[in-house]
Amino acid sequence: MRRILGLAVVAAGALVMLFPFAWAVITSLTPGGAVLATPPDFTPEGAGLDAYRRLLEAVPFWRILFNSLWIGIVSTLLQLATSAMAAYAFARLPFPGRGALFAVYLATLMVPLQVLIVPLFIEMRMFNLVDTYFAVLAPTIASAFGVFLLRQAIAQVPKEFDEAAVLDGAGHFRIFAFIVLPLIRPALATFAVFGFMASWNSYLWPLVIIRSPEFMTLPLGLAELHGRFTTEWNVVMAGSVVSVVPILVLYLFAQKHVIASVAQTGLK
Amino acid sequence: MTATETPASATARRAGGRRRAGAGGRPPRGRRLRYALTVAAFLLPSLVPLTLYTLIPMAGSLWVSLHEWNLITPMRWVGLDNYADLLGDPGTRAAFLHTLAFIAGYLPLVYAGGLGLAMLLNRAMPGRALLRGIYFLPVITSWVVVALMWKWLLNPASGLVNWALGLVGIDGPGWWTDPAWAMPSIVLASAWKDLGFVMIILLAGLQAVPKEFHEAARVDGASAWQRFRHVTLPLLSPSTFFVVVISLINGFQVFDQVHVMTGGGPGGATQVVVEQVYTFTFQYQKAGAASALSWLLFAVVLLVTLVQVRAQRRWVTYA
Repeated sequence: MRRILGLAVVAAGALVMLFPFAWAVITSLTPGGAVLATPPDFTPEGAGLDAYRRLLEAVPFWRILFNSLWIGIVSTLLQLATSAMAAYAFARLPFPGRGALFAVYLATLMVPLQVLIVPLFIEMRMFNLVDTYFAVLAPTIASAFGVFLLRQAIAQVPKEFDEAAVLDGAGHFRIFAFIVLPLIRPALATFAVFGFMASWNSYLWPLVIIRSPEFMTLPLGLAELHGRFTTEWNVVMAGSVVSVVPILVLYLFAQKHVIASVAQTGLK
Repeated sequence: MTATETPASATARRAGGRRRAGAGGRPPRGRRLRYALTVAAFLLPSLVPLTLYTLIPMAGSLWVSLHEWNLITPMRWVGLDNYADLLGDPGTRAAFLHTLAFIAGYLPLVYAGGLGLAMLLNRAMPGRALLRGIYFLPVITSWVVVALMWKWLLNPASGLVNWALGLVGIDGPGWWTDPAWAMPSIVLASAWKDLGFVMIILLAGLQAVPKEFHEAARVDGASAWQRFRHVTLPLLSPSTFFVVVISLINGFQVFDQVHVMTGGGPGGATQVVVEQVYTFTFQYQKAGAASALSWLLFAVVLLVTLVQVRAQRRWVTYA
């Protein structure tokens, strides 16, 4: 009996979780005039893709979608490369001051983004980079979190593996690329998911550095859309729905992995 | 948390590294140079951007905070005046109070909800993986989308929530348009988004609690409540500690959902600290004050985190 009650509570909660998404989809299919109707209409008459058509007219949507995808992919790949390499150095290549340098990396983890925003903006302006892809990407190229996560993973790879490779005459680059990287694939995948999610959802920094619609990312485009179509919730929700779909697909493929790694690292 | 390196393995590695470097006396100069170049090649792709886009801006931010600057004309040195002005400014106090109000609403809600869900989902039940996946869905959704969906649900005139309240005879409030209800609206949306995250962390903690502890307590005749209070909660305290630390850090930095839902309004009712930093920089062109305020916030977050780390000894039990 108590078990059934528990299941009922959890299932009801799940509906509360899903409902806003469902309502967003319904609203996005509702024709303009009926959106603000009371009582709300769950099966709107004349439902269709009108709001999506208006969305495409109002903002350069495909361009914005491309921007988000492009920035997300490039940022993730760059982070993976720079972090894995630095992690290898911190785990496998002893050098003077290594511990101190690693402490500097960890310290930067505690500094919130908003502390850096003004000088970063000024730096970008100095180099004429305001309103470019590079400006959005720049602060994500090096990831202290990634270096930390991957260093822990490399530290768990048995040293015997590299030593055998050294006997075969392999240098550090070959050990890194052909022995260490394949062995830390789960950690790399976890980090890739976090990196892509962070870039896909990031709002404050793009808001500061991007001015023109051609370089907008989805969160920016959406917020802008909301500013223009304050009462046309069907168009705003259409934008929200399309911006959720790509990350949702990614999540469905990697769900188990994402949840397991969040549980492990405690980070989102 | 990730597995940390044990001191023993670190020492062993260090010794190993030294042994290799020292094998056959000092390595020839050419090889040492090559080794240095190898280290540099691995390190620099990360160290250069870290320096350019994190370390230099950090120093720059401290420097700017000691100046008066409108981002256009040359900076004027004012020493610690920005900090002094901020400390005396009622706007700063209000911003911190609003941020604290957000945390005071958000943290208990998200923790109690997350704990309840984790306990329920820790039992075997049909469709458990699917349910967990559903609760986690808002976590992967961007803040802007979440804020917009809730702004629509909580629309005072034609929102679904007020309509549903009307069905049971309650006259719904003005939510984000009403100064008294704007912060609760933001709290609600935030708790909804982060519930799944807290649940997953606590679930991982619950699963680490050995079953024997519960059985032993049951044999001793402990009631369900007693088992929860004296077995589950203490053994869950490391996860709780983690959730509280992370939530406080994120809570003090709350911005995205505020900026989209209310922009700090109505009438400044939700003007939180980071929103204030944003306003100072891009509306008032007061870059010095903005930087100083962000460092004040950093100091507060650091202090709060340190206090928690120190206080954990009193209430966190590591099995």
